[in-house]
Amino acid sequence: MNALDQYIELYTGNAATVDSNSSGILNDARPQALELLKELGRLPEKGDEGYEKISVNDMFSPDYGVNIARVNIPVDLADVFHCGVTTASTWLGAVANDKFVPTQSLMRNLPEGVTVMSLAKAAEEKPELVGKYYNRVASAGRGGATLALNTLFAQDGVFIHVSCGVKASKAMQIVNLLASPVPMMVVRRVLVVAEEDSEISILLCDHSRGEVGCLVSQVVEVYAGRGSRVNICDMEESSEATSRMSQLFAEQHEGAELKISGMTLLNGTTRNEFYIGHKGDRAVTRLDGMAIGNGRQHIDNFSALEHRGDHGHSNQLFKYVLDGHASGAFEGCITVDNGARFNEAYQSNRNILASCDARMHAKPQLLIYNDDVKCSHGATTGQLDQNALFYMRQRGIPLTEARMMLMQAFMMDVIENVGIEGLSERLRHLVEKRFRGEDMMCAECSARHGV
Amino acid sequence: MKKDILLEISGLKAELADSGKEILHGVDLVVRPGEVHAIMGPNGSGKSTLSATLAGDPRLTVTAGSAMLHGVNLLDLAPEDRSHEGLFLSFQYPVEIPGVSMVNFMRAALNAKRKYFGEEPLSASEFLKLMRRKREIVELDNKLASRSVNEGFSGGEKKRNEIFQMAVLEPRLAILDETDSGLDIDALRVVAGGVNKLRTPDNAAIVITHYQRLLDYIKPDFVHVLYKGRIVRSGGPELALELEEKGYDWIKDEIDSKTEVAI
Repeated sequence: MNALDQYIELYTGNAATVDSNSSGILNDARPQALELLKELGRLPEKGDEGYEKISVNDMFSPDYGVNIARVNIPVDLADVFHCGVTTASTWLGAVANDKFVPTQSLMRNLPEGVTVMSLAKAAEEKPELVGKYYNRVASAGRGGATLALNTLFAQDGVFIHVSCGVKASKAMQIVNLLASPVPMMVVRRVLVVAEEDSEISILLCDHSRGEVGCLVSQVVEVYAGRGSRVNICDMEESSEATSRMSQLFAEQHEGAELKISGMTLLNGTTRNEFYIGHKGDRAVTRLDGMAIGNGRQHIDNFSALEHRGDHGHSNQLFKYVLDGHASGAFEGCITVDNGARFNEAYQSNRNILASCDARMHAKPQLLIYNDDVKCSHGATTGQLDQNALFYMRQRGIPLTEARMMLMQAFMMDVIENVGIEGLSERLRHLVEKRFRGEDMMCAECSARHGV
Repeated sequence: MKKDILLEISGLKAELADSGKEILHGVDLVVRPGEVHAIMGPNGSGKSTLSATLAGDPRLTVTAGSAMLHGVNLLDLAPEDRSHEGLFLSFQYPVEIPGVSMVNFMRAALNAKRKYFGEEPLSASEFLKLMRRKREIVELDNKLASRSVNEGFSGGEKKRNEIFQMAVLEPRLAILDETDSGLDIDALRVVAGGVNKLRTPDNAAIVITHYQRLLDYIKPDFVHVLYKGRIVRSGGPELALELEEKGYDWIKDEIDSKTEVAI
C-alpha cells in the first residue's frame, strides 16, 4: 500500500483549511512540496538506499488523523506532563502536539536578543526573518519525500532566534507533549537561527505517555552563522505505541561549532536523520547518538555529514544498547568534498546486544574526494563483557544489577558529551532508571517551572 | 557442619565449559579458621582454575565433588551468593570496568551483601567513612577511589585495590590468586601487610603463588603442591623453601613415574 496517497488526498481536499490555519511563509512552501511528492510518488521503503532496516512508508501507513483544522486538543500540562529531564537552569517552553504553548517561565525571563516563539506566529510577526530561513536549510539537504510531507502539513512549531553576538546564558528547553485521544500524525517544525557569534543551547524533549498510537513527523532546521556555537540535544522518551520520524538539517558557516545529541531513551519505532553541512572553513561538529531499546522497539539513525570548507572537524559517536527483541540500525556517511582541504572527520558506532534476540545493523561510510584529510570510521557490535560481569558478581553484585551497571557505564561518554549544564547529571539518572525499568517521570519539575 | 572446618573441598573435578577439557581431576583440601594455606605448583597445573571454580566462574563446569564453606555447599550458589557467604577472590588480572566508579562499585557490592543478610543499606556518610577507614589498610590513594574500577591503574594499584575490596567485604575465606605477580618489593610489602592486618582467628586465606617470596610476608601454616589437577603433596612452610631450592621437577618426576607404574 502506498501511504503517501492518503496524505496527498487529504491535503488536496483540504488545502484551504490547512492554509487558513497557518501563515503565509509556511503556506508558500506547500505547492512545491506537493509537486515533489507527486513526482517522487512514494515514501522510502525498507531496502531503499539508506533505509535498509526501516520502511518510512510503513510508519506512515496507519490511517492517522492530521489536525489541520487546529481543533484544540486539551493537553493538561500540569497533570500529563512531568518531565524528568528539566533542570533548574533552563528556560522552559512547551509544545502540545505541534502547538507552541508560551509558558510563564519563558515569557518573563528571556534576555534581549533571544526569541523563542510559535513558528506560525513568528511567520506573521517577523516575515522577513522567518522567510529568509524557513525551509531553506532543509531543502538543500536530501530530505526527500519525508521532508516534503512535513512541509506540506506543517502549520506550527517553534522558532528560536539568537541575534548577532548574543550568548544565551542558560539552555532553552522545549518540551514536546504528544497527547491525543485518537491516532494522530503530529507535524512539527523547529527553526533555529543562530546569527553570527551567538551562542545557544537547546534541549528538545519528546514525550508521550499515551496508549494511543501516534506518529510524530519532525523537521528541525538549524542555521549556525559565522562563529556561532549551537548545542542541541534532541531526546525522545515516548511510548511503544509511538512512531517518530525526525529529520535534522544543519548548515554551519565559518568557524561555527555545532553539537548535536540524539537520545532515544524510550520509543516505539524511531527514525532519526541528521543532515549536516559545513558551508564555511573551520566548522566544528560533534554529533552523538544514544539508543536504548528493549521489547520490540526499533531505533534507526542515519547521518550524512558533508565537509565543504577547509580545516573542518567532525566527530560522531553513536551507541546502542539493545535488549529483548529490539532492533537498531545505524547508517552514517561522511563526505569530504572535492576541494575541501585539511579536514578531520571521525565516525564511530558501538553497540551492545544484551540478549540473543536483539539485532543491530551498522553501516559506517566515508566518501573522500580530496587529499589531505584525516578520517576514520568504524563500528563494533558485541555483548556485555563477561569478565567484568564475573568480577562484579564475585564481589557480590547480583547479575541483573551488574548488567545494568555495565550498560549504563557504556553510555557514559555519550552522556558526558552533551555539554548542557546540569543535563548530564539528569541524563545519567534517567538512563539508570531506564535500565532499571522504572518510570522516568518525576513529579516535582512541572510545579517548579509553573507550567 | 563439621566443627572447626571453614572450607572442605572433596573430590572436586572441573572442566572448561566450552571445550569440556577436564582441568581439576579431584581436589581435596581442608581449611580451618585462622589458617593460611599456600597453593603452589608449576604453570598449567590448575591453580587458577581451582580458585575460579570455587568462585563460580561460568567458564568452568563442575563435574564431581563438593566444596563446603562453613557447611554451605558453594557449588549450589550463584557467584554473588558465594561472595555473600564469605568467599573472596583476589583476581590475578583484576578487570577494568570503564564508566563504573569505584565508589558505585563498592556501594553496590556492600549493599547487596547487606540485603542478602536482611540489613538496611549503609547511609552515604557511613559508607564514605567505611571507605576511608579501609583505604588506609592498603594505603590506597583517595584519587583511585573516585576513578573507574581498575581503569588506568598500575599493576601495583590494581592489586592494592583488590585487597582494599577484601577489607571492605570482610570475607571469611580469601583466595589470593597470584597477588604477587606484577608487584615490586614495596608494593608487595604493602599488599602483604594489608592481608596480614585483615587476618583474624575466624577467617582464613588461600594464597596461590609461584614463588616463595610472597610467603616471606604472608606466613603460611600449610603448603600444598597442585600438579595436573590434583594436590600431590602437602606440608608445612618448609615445603615452600624446598620447592624454591629444588624446583618442581622432583615432584613432577615422582608423580609421573607413579602414574606410569599405575598404568
